[in-house]
Amino acid sequence: MKMRHLLLALALLLVAAISHAATWDIDQLMRSLAQTRSSHARFVEKKTIAMLDQPVESSGELFYSAPDHLEKRTLKPKAESMTVDGGTLIIERGRQKHRLQLQDSPELAAFIDSIRATLAGDRKALERSYRLRLDGSAEHWTLQLLPLDEKMQAVVKLIRIVGVLDTLRSIETTQADGDSSLMLIDKLATP
Amino acid sequence: MKPARAPTRRGRTAIACWLAFIIACGVIIGRSQFTTDLSAFLPRSPTPAQQLLLEQIRDGLASRLILVGIEGADAPTRARLSKQIAQRLRVDPAFVSVNNGENVSAERDRVFLFNHRYLLSPAVTPTRFSADGLHAALSDSIALLASPAGLLVKSLLPRDPTGEMVQLLDQLDAGKRPPMVDGTWGSRDGARALLLLQTRASGSDTDAQQHAMAAIRHAFDAVASASPAARLLMTGPGVFSVTARDTIKSQVSRLSIISMALIATLLLLVYRSATALVLGFLPVISGALAGVAAVSLGFGAVHGITLGFGTALIGEAVDYSIYLFVQSEQGGADPQSWITRFWPTVRLGVLTSIFGFAALLLSGFPGLAQLGLYSIAGLIAAATVTRFVLPHLLPTNFRIHDVAALGRVLSGLVQRAAKLRWAAVLLLLAAAATLALQRGSLWNDKISSLSPVSQADLALDASLRADMGAPDVRYLVVVSGASREAVLSSAEQVSALLQTQVDQGELARFESPSRYLPSTATQRARQASLPTSAELEARLAQAVAGLPVRSPLFAPFLADVAAARSQPLLQAADLEQTSMAMAVDAMLIRQDSHWSALLPLTAPEGGSINASRISTALSTLGSTALANVLFVDMKAESDRLYSGYLHEVILLSLGGLLAIVGLLLWVLRSPLRVLRIIAPLAAAVITVTAGLAVLGQQLIILHLVGLLLVVAVGSNYALFFDRADDPISPRTLASMLFANLTTVAGFGLLAFSKVSILQAMGVTVAPGVVLALIYSAIFARTTRA
Repeated sequence: MKMRHLLLALALLLVAAISHAATWDIDQLMRSLAQTRSSHARFVEKKTIAMLDQPVESSGELFYSAPDHLEKRTLKPKAESMTVDGGTLIIERGRQKHRLQLQDSPELAAFIDSIRATLAGDRKALERSYRLRLDGSAEHWTLQLLPLDEKMQAVVKLIRIVGVLDTLRSIETTQADGDSSLMLIDKLATP
Repeated sequence: MKPARAPTRRGRTAIACWLAFIIACGVIIGRSQFTTDLSAFLPRSPTPAQQLLLEQIRDGLASRLILVGIEGADAPTRARLSKQIAQRLRVDPAFVSVNNGENVSAERDRVFLFNHRYLLSPAVTPTRFSADGLHAALSDSIALLASPAGLLVKSLLPRDPTGEMVQLLDQLDAGKRPPMVDGTWGSRDGARALLLLQTRASGSDTDAQQHAMAAIRHAFDAVASASPAARLLMTGPGVFSVTARDTIKSQVSRLSIISMALIATLLLLVYRSATALVLGFLPVISGALAGVAAVSLGFGAVHGITLGFGTALIGEAVDYSIYLFVQSEQGGADPQSWITRFWPTVRLGVLTSIFGFAALLLSGFPGLAQLGLYSIAGLIAAATVTRFVLPHLLPTNFRIHDVAALGRVLSGLVQRAAKLRWAAVLLLLAAAATLALQRGSLWNDKISSLSPVSQADLALDASLRADMGAPDVRYLVVVSGASREAVLSSAEQVSALLQTQVDQGELARFESPSRYLPSTATQRARQASLPTSAELEARLAQAVAGLPVRSPLFAPFLADVAAARSQPLLQAADLEQTSMAMAVDAMLIRQDSHWSALLPLTAPEGGSINASRISTALSTLGSTALANVLFVDMKAESDRLYSGYLHEVILLSLGGLLAIVGLLLWVLRSPLRVLRIIAPLAAAVITVTAGLAVLGQQLIILHLVGLLLVVAVGSNYALFFDRADDPISPRTLASMLFANLTTVAGFGLLAFSKVSILQAMGVTVAPGVVLALIYSAIFARTTRA
């Protein structure tokens, strides 16, 4: 009697372990993303805006250091930098320096967090603003973020992040009004 | 108790006059106003900078802020309480604004700014609306679209392609704000929820501030009943005034009751006669009433500190009746013989006290002048009642317990006191050396030393302020003029100069009412910069060349500019219902036909403001404009103000000492006797001051007043020791000991007060008068007996 119980328990454990290894889930992705404490990458971003006749293309570098420092340095077409540190966003363009508090614009905060929290592997932070959907395998995954908040839905329809193992490859944002942007990311050697 | 002997006609007149006087004092006091704010310690005839300081302290924006913290419970509960309290208080007319981070007026503010952007934005110039200017502005806006912030500005592009709204929002960014925790402001450590309230009433309106505090507490109690762990914290200038008033009130009433009880017990032990006790207090009560009435008549209002001081003075006023009762011969005591033998000495003692306190009357500090007047009126009344009324009220065969035995013991002690001369001289030398060594750090010349606010309250204030990042209104540029338009246009000139300082990193930022309400001239100039629709359309067609936009997109822009060209100019009333109204209200002040604009400056993070650089920058204004501009460092100004007073009081005290010496020289006509009287008093003053220095108490003005009192009270002792009828009679010695004990009881209690200015007087006077008595005995003429 006792033996049978033990065997059953063992079998159940085994099954659980096997199935765990077989499915690629969000927690595992988040864990592997969280391993990266800092990273440095090049980006090319193309924004398609209905109001503008042609897409706006820009390129530059990205810097991230855990848990909440994100810097986007655009070099072309115009030097500009965006730094997020905790709850403060600073945009520098030429001599102008704009300082924004993320708490003042929840939509912007949610948008920034889509990238920052993904880099940090912070599932909780992501799930505060988005419904998550993961497809693919560890070698090539696609994480889709669907805004929860109505106000946010009025601005952003979907954010699609494509990655390989613990590296982000592209971020595609589709706005509610049809405008969209695609950012291709090319990882550089971590300093 | 035997019936009082029938008073003589003169006696009846004296008693009637006294009663009439008491009634008159009572009537005056009944109509008196009592205050407890710091204004009594601010000058009577201020300079313009001081005037500004005073107005800011009394009515300025900073004076009307109440900082509220909610502690305890968990973060979501605190945030919920914060929202519920704010919701209740927002409908309370006592508050101009209630801010807890919830964006209640943000939408209104945005609409206001957007609708008036072409009148408000400093970027609106003719060049900006030229083809080239438009091209530059458009390419900027398109670049911004591509940036992350583009999300926010995209919808604005067709109406505001030059980005005026972004300009305005940038300017209005108020800098550091507390972080949001669960939808409301929280402290950085996350342990408190924070609210910032502005009252309608000024900070100096203590009653209104008390009501405001009660409303906050009421709102808190109403919503927090279910969360007993939550605690409410409040601070701010108004809260300080209310707390100070409560503290002073409770301290004064408690101290006066205890000191009365102590002195009464002491006298009952000595006199062993209830009649004597009651009669002995008559001069005291008369003196106290006369003092309060005199201050009320002389100053219009009586300060709480004056009353606190008054309770201590009970201990001195009671001396006169002690002298009368104890020094009178025993058995068939005839007060007349006391009057002829001792009254001249007591009278001289009263006169020296008055000469000393008269110095305070000249002080530019109304608080000190009040103390001076109170003391003079009180002592004259007490002495006069003792001399002219009390003898007529004594019952036949009035007698008190015989104190001759104690007196004889004292006599023996005094005989031997002279042996202590060398020891006393050594002590005095040590004291003088201590003072010489510590002369640099002897005085505390910070005005905060006078504040009746406790250290714990100050610490809470500092901590809530740090949490809030609340504005520290220390540096101000003040622009004055004859009209609103005049000050606004001067403020614009000053703003331009200050902006260059911001660009150079000398300032983090500055505020100006002209930012929200530009002068009419400036608004007209901005309107004039806007081209006609046809013109703008043509220029826009040129401007879009080479940009990925087509001009038809900007049809809403053309319409908005056309409307702005004929838009009515912005008036102060247009700001109402926006959060900018409160800012303008605080920065733009009207007094009769005089206007002033206040421009608060903020130091760069981690740095400080270089006052001379700002002054230099401002001095580039034209001389006419410059005459109306004032750069004030409020903290330096208030400290300067106070240290000015401190020096004034030091001089006045020396003047009072000189007056006392002059008086004694004139009455006694013997420099040697004057020296003998002054020497023990000076010794007591030096020893007490050195003692305070050794104990680490820095001297404030009130210590100096205490020293003046030591001289005033001590002069009585020195005068008795100097009387011609040596050997000094045992009864006189006993009377001095009792008088001394009552004074120590009265002032000694103040030493335990929580109010720093009362405490300062207590720790000076109580040991001072004991020392004055001992030094007087030691340095008395060696008797020939």
